[in-house]
Amino acid sequence: MTLVHDPPAFASPTDPPPPSLERIWTSKDSGPIQFVTPDGELTDLGAEYGVDRALAQTLYRDMARARRLDHEALALQRQGELGLWLQCWGQEAAQVGSVRALSPSDYVFPSYREHAAALVRGVTPGELLAQWRGVSHAGWDPGPYAFHLYSLVLGTQTLHATGYAMGSLLDGADDVVTVYFGDGAASQGDVNEAFNWSAAGNIPVLFICQNNQWAISTPTDVQFRAPVHQRAAGFGLRTFHVDGNDALATYAVTREAAAIVRRGEGPALVEAETFRMAGHSTSDDPSRYRTETDLATWQARDPLLRLETVLRSLDTRASYFSELEEELERLAVEVRRACRELPDPVLDQLFTHTYVDPHPLVDAERLAYRKFVELMSVED
Amino acid sequence: MAGSPTAPPETAASTTMTLGRALNAGLRRAMREDDRVVILGEDVGALGGVFRITDGLQRDFGKARVIDSPLAESAIVGCAIGLALRGFRPVCEIQFDGFVYPAFDQIVSQLAKMRARSGGRLSLPVVIRIPVGGGIGAVEHHSESNESYFAHTAGLRVISCSNPSDAYRLLRSAIRSDDPVIFYEPKRRYWDKGLVDLEASPASLDRARVLRTGTDLTIVAHGPTVHTALAAADAAAEDGFSVGVVDLRTIAPLDMETLRRCAEKTGRMVVVHEASTFMGIGAEIAAAVTEGCFSVLRAPVLRVGAYNLPYPPAKVEDKFLPDVDRLLDTIDAALSYRGKART
Repeated sequence: MTLVHDPPAFASPTDPPPPSLERIWTSKDSGPIQFVTPDGELTDLGAEYGVDRALAQTLYRDMARARRLDHEALALQRQGELGLWLQCWGQEAAQVGSVRALSPSDYVFPSYREHAAALVRGVTPGELLAQWRGVSHAGWDPGPYAFHLYSLVLGTQTLHATGYAMGSLLDGADDVVTVYFGDGAASQGDVNEAFNWSAAGNIPVLFICQNNQWAISTPTDVQFRAPVHQRAAGFGLRTFHVDGNDALATYAVTREAAAIVRRGEGPALVEAETFRMAGHSTSDDPSRYRTETDLATWQARDPLLRLETVLRSLDTRASYFSELEEELERLAVEVRRACRELPDPVLDQLFTHTYVDPHPLVDAERLAYRKFVELMSVED
Repeated sequence: MAGSPTAPPETAASTTMTLGRALNAGLRRAMREDDRVVILGEDVGALGGVFRITDGLQRDFGKARVIDSPLAESAIVGCAIGLALRGFRPVCEIQFDGFVYPAFDQIVSQLAKMRARSGGRLSLPVVIRIPVGGGIGAVEHHSESNESYFAHTAGLRVISCSNPSDAYRLLRSAIRSDDPVIFYEPKRRYWDKGLVDLEASPASLDRARVLRTGTDLTIVAHGPTVHTALAAADAAAEDGFSVGVVDLRTIAPLDMETLRRCAEKTGRMVVVHEASTFMGIGAEIAAAVTEGCFSVLRAPVLRVGAYNLPYPPAKVEDKFLPDVDRLLDTIDAALSYRGKART
């Protein structure tokens, strides 16, 4: 059995590799698709697929970078440099594995915890932190990254993705408009409306649900009876259920799902089973609602450790790990520097950013604001 | 009706049509001029909408551009946002005023704010058409006047048309605008006829229109109550009072320049709308005119609107809606106002 594919076979927009994970998954009684066990052993399916060494190294590096940024940002929040931070700790594989399986031009609508996916798309640490430092509502220009602004009202972005994909159809493009959301957001009407319309209209949307088990303090068994992938299937979507802490499986599953969407066979959904290791945000206290045992269980399923074990079993060069470690140190320095160098916003600019066309009330209020600022500066 | 104060000058391209047909003509023109204009809403295709405003458009422009949506208002607006992000100019139809609330978050938190939160990088040229107001004997939730909710939200423009000519010209401007526009259509006036100049330029989205000049008092109205205001001004004239009428056309932003000019000229102002007066557009106009023109006012700016109650059953809506008599009664109060003497 060949475990290593060389040279690497990165995501191409077409041709998912056999066998069909959709068929395997839907024919199984239960349980998500898994290529690598928590201990780092390949499953039978994983062995059948084999491991693309270059892909594995890329995914591991992506995850390591995300985790380092996450922990630096947490420290910055504790030091008062950020007002709030929402960690993606634990969800790195679900994000990195899925976003890497897309074409770089596939437009992505994130929710608000997709830091790992954002980094893969090239969003800079400073741009990512701006929102949480309170200097911007959205720190980056979405166009160049094909990565939209974060959405804080849960699930709303699933409809934006559906509309964007309608436009893609009208343009005759073959992109896979991709949207991230969570197990909690799936209770929102917007998500269900997006499932329904995209299925009815055969609209090319790929839904990625990171089921991280918690919506702040609400566990999934309070949130729903039928899992998200089951509900999506009921709407007529092609669905997949994957171990979201298994980057290789998430990648393969997403690649197959994306190919379905790209072929014009309608929308698809990947539910990636994962875990939010930190609290909802730096203001949250998860000890009030979950146990150390929960944490330990999922700690043992850590996505980075798992892939590291695979990489080491493939005799990955030691220099790969040492060079990565150096890169992470540089990233940490960059995160801290970029955060502190973020310029404060200028209220005056908001008067120009709200409307495109001239607006007399905005003009009048801007004038009043400037006069007041001038008056205050004179009195100083 | 040539000669009426609302009619534009007659030209070769002028045709008499109903307000509803004028909107249809405006949509058709916009779709012909710009292939990025798409329509989405419930029953807008084969049926042409419940009021037939999109009649024939799907036949002529295809199902790809005139999109029948599932019965989900939040999805209509949410998907319009996505279409706009991809470079389209979506025009949404909300079937009735009272059905817009499921889309409230998409309008107020998403559509209105996305440009500002993007630092001015994104623009959202989305129009949301809403048939508004009462007076058609409808069942519950089909007669609401909810303009204040949207006027209160920064990032939106709120337009209200009152006659066929403006319906045509304002709708074309709304679709051309790069800002999100809530476009109110006075449903009980859909069948009112008037002259429409199909070659007229699109109207400004931030100018009110003085329909009738007066010297004693100015009535400020929009949408369905403009007709009421003109009738009241006629009646007041019979009693010897010179009453002007301003059609707001734009609720957000308000054309304060025109309102101040009228207030300065007449010293008295009455605002009329179908929405309840409490926290309504009239309250904002009264405050803004008082702030800007206090020294010239000869009476407080008074308001006529619905009572602060849920819209009543159809059989009593005539008593609920502001009519000519209630408007005249308030005009009388403004004209006879005497400030309390200082002691």
